[in-house]
Amino acid sequence: MAKTVLTVDDSASMRQLIKMTLGGAGFAVVEASDGAEGLEKARAAPVDLIVTDLNMPRMDGISLIRELRKLSSYRGVPILLLTTESDDERKKEARGAGATGWITKPFGQDQLLGVVKKVLGA
Amino acid sequence: MSHEDGKDLEVLTFGLQGEIFAVEALSVREILDLAAVTAVPNSNPFVGSLVNVRGKVVPLADLHIRFGMEPFEQTVDTRVIVLEVPLEGEATIVGILADKVFEVTGLAATTMEAAPDIGIKWRREFVSGIGKRGEDFVIVLNMERIFASRDSEPAGKPEDAGSETVTAF
Amino acid sequence: MSSPDPRDVFRNEAQELLEQLEQALLDLENAPDDGELISSAFRALHTLKGSGAMFGFEAAAHFAHGLENAFDLVRKGKAPISGALIGVTLAAKDHLRILIERPDEALQEESDRILADLSKAIGSTGSQKGGRATETAGTAESETAEANPATTYRIQIRFPANIMDNGTNPLLLLDELKGLGSCTVSPLTTRIPPIDAIDPNSCYVDWDVLLTTDKPRSAIEDVFIFVLDEMELHIEEVAIENKRLGEILVERGDAPAAAVLTALSRQERLGEILVKEGATSEDRVASALAEQRHIQTSAAKAQQKAPQASIRVPAERLDNLMDRVGELVIAQARLREIATTSQDVALRVVAEEIERLAAELRENTMSIRMLPIGSLFGRFRRLVRDLSQELGKDVQLLTSGEETELDKTMIERLNDPMVHLIRNSIDHGLERPEGRAQAGKPREGRVELSADHSGAQVIIRIRDDGRGLNREKIRARAEEMGFLTPGVAVSDNELYQVIFQPGFSTSREVTSVSGRGVGMDVVKRTIEALRGSIEIASTEGAGTDITLKLPLTLAIIDGLLVRVGQNRYVIPLSMVEECVELSTEQDLRSKSRSFLNIRGELVPFLRLREMFKVTDEISPYPKVVIVSADDRRIGLVVDQIIGDHQTVIKSLTKLHSGIETFSGATILGDGSVALILDIDHLIEFGRVQEERLKAS
Repeated sequence: MAKTVLTVDDSASMRQLIKMTLGGAGFAVVEASDGAEGLEKARAAPVDLIVTDLNMPRMDGISLIRELRKLSSYRGVPILLLTTESDDERKKEARGAGATGWITKPFGQDQLLGVVKKVLGA
Repeated sequence: MSHEDGKDLEVLTFGLQGEIFAVEALSVREILDLAAVTAVPNSNPFVGSLVNVRGKVVPLADLHIRFGMEPFEQTVDTRVIVLEVPLEGEATIVGILADKVFEVTGLAATTMEAAPDIGIKWRREFVSGIGKRGEDFVIVLNMERIFASRDSEPAGKPEDAGSETVTAF
Repeated sequence: MSSPDPRDVFRNEAQELLEQLEQALLDLENAPDDGELISSAFRALHTLKGSGAMFGFEAAAHFAHGLENAFDLVRKGKAPISGALIGVTLAAKDHLRILIERPDEALQEESDRILADLSKAIGSTGSQKGGRATETAGTAESETAEANPATTYRIQIRFPANIMDNGTNPLLLLDELKGLGSCTVSPLTTRIPPIDAIDPNSCYVDWDVLLTTDKPRSAIEDVFIFVLDEMELHIEEVAIENKRLGEILVERGDAPAAAVLTALSRQERLGEILVKEGATSEDRVASALAEQRHIQTSAAKAQQKAPQASIRVPAERLDNLMDRVGELVIAQARLREIATTSQDVALRVVAEEIERLAAELRENTMSIRMLPIGSLFGRFRRLVRDLSQELGKDVQLLTSGEETELDKTMIERLNDPMVHLIRNSIDHGLERPEGRAQAGKPREGRVELSADHSGAQVIIRIRDDGRGLNREKIRARAEEMGFLTPGVAVSDNELYQVIFQPGFSTSREVTSVSGRGVGMDVVKRTIEALRGSIEIASTEGAGTDITLKLPLTLAIIDGLLVRVGQNRYVIPLSMVEECVELSTEQDLRSKSRSFLNIRGELVPFLRLREMFKVTDEISPYPKVVIVSADDRRIGLVVDQIIGDHQTVIKSLTKLHSGIETFSGATILGDGSVALILDIDHLIEFGRVQEERLKAS
């Protein structure tokens, strides 16, 4: 069965890119445009991987991760954070909140697939 | 043996339980003190062990056994005579135990006699001649025959099957 | 998929973002302290930067980054919102729109001017460099395209117990590591708590990994990039050189040096002692041993890749070199003996060093002497051609495994027995073309030569598709010659072994080629003198298959030194599978039957004390060395296991050649002689002994 990825980003183009890349690699992709919507969708149906942006209206990426990790069904599910800065503080904060890893923008499709493969296995 | 040509035979004389024996000096490589001996399980007791001679592994023969003497006992005089003996056409280095080593000496050809048929405790084929050293008889051994004798095969060959000694075959 | 191009999506999105930005800026004029407005402006710039870079709008992304930095300062309260700032930013917003609409135009100067104005407006020197974000996290590939020479790393990994909570799967990371090169992974399990205390979501296992890769060290770190801050990761380059177990343990900090030195001074297996004394744990020793192996194979691989420049050397010099190496190894064993009883640490260190060097020298010398067997096979083409003409038989010679290497002396000495066996196959084995046609076989007969490595042995097979051996004829002849008692059942291999008896021949018509009853016994003797064995299998009508098993080398082997009674013996290490204790209970129980229970498997065993008729005092703690021979596992009960021993093989003289349980002897460190066990013959001897016991 295809694995499901939830992409949470306020940028439609980013969501589009992720959908194109991961959809092309055989994943089912669910979209959410901010943290709050992301949390809602994650709760509604279980997903295998979450790729979330950091800066978003309503609920930012780190808060989303914190909320998700409070749910027993999301303990151990990989969550990747999209960042732009090479800002170590934010990454550390994200790890502390429960992020599995991060992808720094800009990234190519191969890089995105590489990281997804890294956390989900081949 | 070259005593027919009338020249002296150079021999090394040694003692085994009171008797004086000799081997041709030409075949003697060296004389050593007896050091660590390694027994070879299930071998013929006549060549029942191995010794290290300058980095070579050399079989050690005990003529006491071959000649039916009292068992060998080590004393301060015990020596190992290292010899070169032809075995099936191949020069082989062996060691023999001697209770005592006397000297290298020439046995005059005139004193050499063929081994008498009687009055001798061991098999005639093992003796290549008898010489005299002063008043004593010196028995010159034919080492090639001693080592080649069927009896120096390990005991327990098929013909011995059923005997108590079960060995490596 | 008919999804829209993300670039077009971005352009639309950018318009929205720019409007969002403008709106926020205009509102900020009235409410300069409104955090939500500042965040909104920042987010718009942030997305423009990030997505812009993603979809190839480099200039726009770069410019947006400068703006974003300025607003980051504002957001963090380090710069106030001012009319000037808003003015410049509005101008910047218009410029950004142009940059996105016309990405190919050279507008760098204008961009720089606006960013300069911006820094003035926020009163800081820093619109900063605004360089594009270059870090590309996560993926290991990228960078260094040039091939690095392969390097071996020792990687020690310990994850926090809760690592899996964050969605990290340690096994995936190990898999990723394996993808980087040739990898040996040893799990360390000592931290695993008792089963009732295990939290299934926790990770209790640590790993030691040996990785040989041409990727840079950073590629290894990249594997762990997400967890680097929380885990313990030690990456260390290790030299490809043969190391002793003790060295490895100390180097890795797995055992204190003092404990290793003390343990070394006792003549037992180092790892066992250290574990027993609590200086390290079993899995650490296993891991260190795995490292040793990994390094050895890496070294071997590196050697294979080396460019092939060669020189010719007279063969006798190689023989000479091997002799000297043998003497060196023996002298070194003496040195070790002296050093281990000495209190002088410096001496012990030098002794260790020399031991290592001697082992390496030995390996090297032996590898110099190895030749592919193809050089031998090649010589038989002519032989087969001549024979086929002489005997009027069509023969096809097939060879395989020509690249199999073995010692050059071995190759030279194999020539005569192989010539003999091939002659036999063609003369006795293969039928004449008419006969073959009648039997429904191709007119052309076949002789196949093959060679292959199997552990420390080389297996050479000579196979023909001829008439095979006639069991009845051989049996009758064997009984006639007194080799077999009429009526006694024997196995095929046992029956066929009579062919090797001197004077045995069933061939009534004597040809010039063979059948004179001489030779097969010589073949067998030659093979056994090479410490090899010969086996025959045959199917009547279908052919004969002769297998020669030979050791790789005649000179020096790795051995396991054991004690039985007062004697010490060497067991070829290549045949040793494991060593186990023989508990008193097992010892007693096994007295009545000849099997030991090794982890549920029944393993027959031989008591060497009994076989060697040792009568002196019995060791209170006998050990069992499990050896494998011909796919069988057999235990050898010994009094003591002394340890590894580089064994320089000295052959036994004819005086002891009848004792087949020993393949040779060697000289130990203290100058005494130890016999080398011939495992195959020892097992056979044990079997015969047991049968006699049963019979009596």
